Amino acid sequence: MGAGPTNAPEEMHFELVNDRSAIDRAETDLVRALEERDYPKASHFAVRLAFEEAVMNALRHGHRDIPETPVEVHCRVDRDRVRIVIEDQGPGFDPDDVPDPTLDENIEGASGRGLLLIRAYMASVEFEDSGRRCVMVYERPDPPAG
Amino acid sequence: MSPAESRLRMRQEKGVTHVEFIDRNILDEGNIQQIGEEISAVIDAGDRPRLLISFANVDHLSSAALGTLITINTKVKAKGGDLRLADIDPQIYEVFVITKLNRLFQIHDTSEQALASFT
Repeated sequence: MGAGPTNAPEEMHFELVNDRSAIDRAETDLVRALEERDYPKASHFAVRLAFEEAVMNALRHGHRDIPETPVEVHCRVDRDRVRIVIEDQGPGFDPDDVPDPTLDENIEGASGRGLLLIRAYMASVEFEDSGRRCVMVYERPDPPAG
Repeated sequence: MSPAESRLRMRQEKGVTHVEFIDRNILDEGNIQQIGEEISAVIDAGDRPRLLISFANVDHLSSAALGTLITINTKVKAKGGDLRLADIDPQIYEVFVITKLNRLFQIHDTSEQALASFT
């Protein structure tokens, strides 16, 4: 007999290098936890996209010179929110220095789109430890009754 | 060493190169680079290239994929050609809206409409 939606929180921990299959498995695990808590399909898309962009930012920029060192990712999926913390060991960055890619002068530029998408889909995004630690929270758009 | 397997299906239709993705998820950096190289080869091969890229099979794409699309658009424009995008899932279209790339690209609901838009 199949299990119904659960309200119990689930915590996950991943250590990721730039290995597509490992990143795919982590994203599949995360989406599975959302499915088990009856999040709508739009939430699966949003959380997966933000996870992808934040992890790739950490790997591509933070760990460019230390590709064998994994990025640490902690996720907690509750019934009404998803909290994702991504920590790298790179040089850090100032998110205020990232250009706005939607401005006419930057629209054909290469950078800033990942951060823009994370901010668009997440309820909150904070950078700590000089940009090495990204804390992002997604909130369920249709809180369950009860 | 054998060449990497193509990530794309391409066919000629009314003087337009119609491109479709094989992968449902356009996330892998190596695949994105290969996609860029394959489409760039088509652009380089002709004068005033006319390209239609269909996203009919695509469920997810990353900002890196968007960057490659921008590069493709720049190359097409530099050769006096035309690029159209079509068949974009509403969730993915929202990504184009958030990034305001819906203003940079000519996007049509269907491949048929996009084909008809080439003059």
